Amino acid sequence: MDVQITDLSLARGGVPVLAGVTMSLPAGQAVILRGPNGAGKTTLLRAIAGLQPALSGRITGAEDRIAYAAHADGVKSMLTVRENLTFWADVFGAGGIDAAIEAYALAPLADRLAATLSAGQKRRLGLARLLVTGRPVWVLDEPTVSLDTGAVAMFADAVRAHLAQGGSALIATHIDLGLEAEVFDLTPFKATATTQAGATDEAFL
Amino acid sequence: MKALLLRDLRLALRAGGGFGLALAFFLIVIVLVPFAIGPDPELLRAVAPGVLWLGALLACLLSLDRLLALDFEDGTLELLATAPLPLEGALTIKALAHWLTTGLPLVIVSSVLGVMLGLPSAGYLWVVVSLGLGTPALSVIGTFGAALTVGVKRGGLLMSLLVLPLYVPTLIFGAEAARRGALGLDATTPLLMLAGITCGVVACMPFASAAVLRMGLR
Repeated sequence: MDVQITDLSLARGGVPVLAGVTMSLPAGQAVILRGPNGAGKTTLLRAIAGLQPALSGRITGAEDRIAYAAHADGVKSMLTVRENLTFWADVFGAGGIDAAIEAYALAPLADRLAATLSAGQKRRLGLARLLVTGRPVWVLDEPTVSLDTGAVAMFADAVRAHLAQGGSALIATHIDLGLEAEVFDLTPFKATATTQAGATDEAFL
Repeated sequence: MKALLLRDLRLALRAGGGFGLALAFFLIVIVLVPFAIGPDPELLRAVAPGVLWLGALLACLLSLDRLLALDFEDGTLELLATAPLPLEGALTIKALAHWLTTGLPLVIVSSVLGVMLGLPSAGYLWVVVSLGLGTPALSVIGTFGAALTVGVKRGGLLMSLLVLPLYVPTLIFGAEAARRGALGLDATTPLLMLAGITCGVVACMPFASAAVLRMGLR
């Protein structure tokens, strides 16, 4: 099943940022999301993940199929790498964490507290979480921040393996991952002054 | 759900988890009260149930700050919101974990700390029973307050102001049950009211908490 986005308009902090976004994310494919800072990449990804409502338009095929990775990794610093991964595997009910540990070469770090990891190692742990969710659609916001070239290659391999299994990925990034992926530029969808902000209740929330 | 409960308990017990914070605060309050109001046993005996309840309530309030704020800061809440676990369930579990690490220890030590205040021997049972019935409501209401202020930087003050009025009915009936018990009067009515408040809050509040948290995460 594909994720289909139709004529989507989104606001951030009460200000419309995107209007009329129409795109599809077919199974087995990756789409790279591009656009200058503030173009609305994060807003779009959060809407697809179901964290914020749309002003108008529809998102179909995303419900309960998304594994979302944001700027923050959701890593608990007082738990070990293994405990962190096991927790997410249990929450998503997907089981084994061994494949995830292997894919991101976390075995030497498995029993260390996450507080003692470097920024790049923490990010690798955050990305390994995607593998234990068992969800088919990955929605990733700048996944390669603070990764070295070796880790970026690990990430690209993980995405390729995920696509080969029929999964899909929507990745907002500024660097070239070496993936065979369609590029979707958000710049043309910038909201204009005429974009309907809808009847806003922001003042009361 | 079990994974979330175990994780929260484990985090609370590890360094920086804040497990002892509420307990230590409660201990300090109860130890200092006799110094503050004087050594008159009659006076202490009269205020003991109320002071124990007040101490437990404030200790509970003190620990609410960390309930959701830490998970919000490191992004865990957003990821939990996209997980298959319903947010209502997740928040109920977090409230349960908060009660197990804060409310339950308070209930247990209150039975010992009554000695400091010269609590009449008839009162111990009622203090423990009323706190045992009332503290779950404090944790669940506190989770609502924490969810309401989750995106607010330094939201502790705002949360205290929002939560304290909601704590008042629990405090009134809880302290009343303990007071009546200590005086050897029939405490059934306030205990039933207290149990009713707790049941109602546990049943309804998680939905409100999840709704405001979804709004806070936007």
